[in-house]
Amino acid sequence: MPATSEMSIGRETQFKSDGNAKGVSSKGSSSERDHPTINVAANERILSLLGGVALTLLGLRRRTTFGAILAAAGGSMAYRGSTGHCPIYAALGTNSASKMPSSEEFNDHGVHVEQAVSILKPAEELYAFWRKFENLPRFMHHLKSVKVTDAKHSHWVAKAPAGREVEWDAEIINDEPNKLIAWRSLENADVHSTGSVRFVEAPIGRGTEVRVTLEYLPPAGQIGRWIAKLFGEEPDQQVREDLRHFKQFMEAGEIATTKGQPAAR
Amino acid sequence: MKALCWHGKLDVRVDNVPDPKILNPRDAILKITTTAICGSDLHLYDGFIPTMEAGDILGHEFMGEVVEIGSEVKNLKKGDRVVVPFTIACGNCFFCKRDLWSCCDNSNPNAWMLEKAYGYSGSGLFGFSHMMGGYAGGQAEYVRVPFADTGPLKIPDGLPDEKVVFLTDIFPTGYMAAENCNIQPGDTVAVWGCGPVGQFAIRSAYMLGASRVFAIDSVPERLKLAEAGKATGINMDQVDSIFDALKELTGGRGPDACIDAVGLEAHGMSFDALYDDAKAAVYLATDKAHALRQAIQCCRKGGTVSIPGVYGGLVDKFPMGAAFGKGLTLKMGQTNCHKYLAPLLERIQKGDIDPSFIITHQFNLSDAVEGYRIFKKKQDNCIKVILKPN
Ligand SMILES: NC(=O)c1ccc[n+]([C@@H]2O[C@H](COP(=O)([O-])OP(=O)(O)OC[C@H]3O[C@@H](n4cnc5c(N)ncnc54)[C@H](O)[C@@H]3O)[C@@H](O)[C@H]2O)c1
Ligand SMILES: [Zn+2]
Ligand SMILES: [Zn+2]
Repeated sequence: MPATSEMSIGRETQFKSDGNAKGVSSKGSSSERDHPTINVAANERILSLLGGVALTLLGLRRRTTFGAILAAAGGSMAYRGSTGHCPIYAALGTNSASKMPSSEEFNDHGVHVEQAVSILKPAEELYAFWRKFENLPRFMHHLKSVKVTDAKHSHWVAKAPAGREVEWDAEIINDEPNKLIAWRSLENADVHSTGSVRFVEAPIGRGTEVRVTLEYLPPAGQIGRWIAKLFGEEPDQQVREDLRHFKQFMEAGEIATTKGQPAAR
Repeated sequence: MKALCWHGKLDVRVDNVPDPKILNPRDAILKITTTAICGSDLHLYDGFIPTMEAGDILGHEFMGEVVEIGSEVKNLKKGDRVVVPFTIACGNCFFCKRDLWSCCDNSNPNAWMLEKAYGYSGSGLFGFSHMMGGYAGGQAEYVRVPFADTGPLKIPDGLPDEKVVFLTDIFPTGYMAAENCNIQPGDTVAVWGCGPVGQFAIRSAYMLGASRVFAIDSVPERLKLAEAGKATGINMDQVDSIFDALKELTGGRGPDACIDAVGLEAHGMSFDALYDDAKAAVYLATDKAHALRQAIQCCRKGGTVSIPGVYGGLVDKFPMGAAFGKGLTLKMGQTNCHKYLAPLLERIQKGDIDPSFIITHQFNLSDAVEGYRIFKKKQDNCIKVILKPN
């Protein structure tokens, strides 16, 4: 995905502690990921370490294949790991680091995406829309539904091929009104994932910079490696399209489309 | 309904296609009363614009009557007569708010295609390839207009279609080209290309205060029409050097502003290159940017080169040294059409201009194929073709 990596100015500059760092950064393919190193790095980069479920949801082209593999793997996916240390959870005010995968495992199969989009709306409005997780399927195309079960918990259903579904429970691990939402899948989920969205006020007249980080870890072993491979080139584009749709929804009130228009074919 | 569809290079046909439907809350459906063929359509006709698909409906210059509106369209009602800007824009984004309507962030469903080629994508356009959004065009009986609460302008009764239909594109395009020249009292302006865009650029330059306008082309009837607009015609086939001619005509200084209203047919523009690799060169034939190179060469020091003519990929042998050495300003882009609709309608109403002067041919939509043919070949002194669906 050269178009995105070209835009990268590097993670170091991305999430300054004042939250005002400029620039966009994205990293998609597992092969080039440097997560473990960053893992040890300073708190100012913590957000880049958050991840998300969303990759199971954010599929574009590859989602079908991925979904098929997920479906094939079925409920029996053995989730190994959860031994890695995880400063991010601590940094985000939780202490459940034990469920994070090991660095080694992450290197093999994980997907990490960071994307940013500028939206000409106040942070409060964007936060409020996103915080109602039920809204996410309106712009995250691979999501079928999200049901909020209590103040912290929600149940996520993603589409999979042949009418199958992939489901998991997630919890909110950080929530700063109008600034930040972070979530992750619960321990028993088949697909380990975390996500965060941060709303940073842009200079006057420029609305809000929305920064999303998503991390996805399929189960260990061969299947996981396949998934990582399959996702290698796509996650950035998938998240970019979903964020574009979020922006269109918030700014234009609808998502631009031509599906259903006439043509002579 | 009937619609003019693209099927390949030099192959357009009037086909029967389904009627358009409302797809989004801010949509409207128009019954088209008048539509036109543009020089930009010739780039499609000639097969030089990538990401066309057989069966695409062409046409971005059209007007008509509102026959259906989406739930969020509050400013229009059935029966309203409107002109529609060819750029599709949401009205709410950073760019729309700055009057950069052709840069709208939210109207191109295929923005990713252009992002790979250009870094960022402009707005969607009607009937102008999938990388520009893939929207069905208006050389048809009906058309779907997205963001209908923002783009279309209501036309008062008493103004015939022929006077206002060019608000959709070529009048604003010629006007913006002249506006981009930042014309100061006494300025001279040279215009390359006396097609419809050039003709409106000439007249707009005078409206904005130019003292003299020079018009360059090789087609006699087009030069004649330019002269009817008070320009001094220069037939490029009959002078040894356009540079020398312009130098002499401007007392040795060169025109204060030069407008390239020719554009470039994107020969050799590779679909694959555009699509697959942002870094890959998208090569264009080197001699095709001739007018642009000339405009840069001829422009006076510190002057402005304004480029309404369409370019798609890379231009080889671009005279950067001349542009830099003379401290030129270059301005270009798809027209921010929305910005000009109301003020230019006012000019039409005041009688500053009657845009129907440009029309040389009218066809029924069923005969649109013939319209393309003669416009392309400049047969029968053709300068501008309008089409009537009924
Ligand atoms: N920027 C925009 O938004 C916008 C809008 C509409 C049209 N356009 C573009 O403007 C250009 C002109 O449009 P048009 O409808 O007038 O097209 P057109 O094809 O009718 O006119 C082009 C004219 O240029 C002349 N010409 C060709 N080579 C020349 C040269 N080297 N020097 C001088 N004249 C030359 C041709 O004889 C012709 O008369 C096209 O590229 C079109 O795509 C741009
Ligand atoms: Zn046009
Ligand atoms: Zn916009």
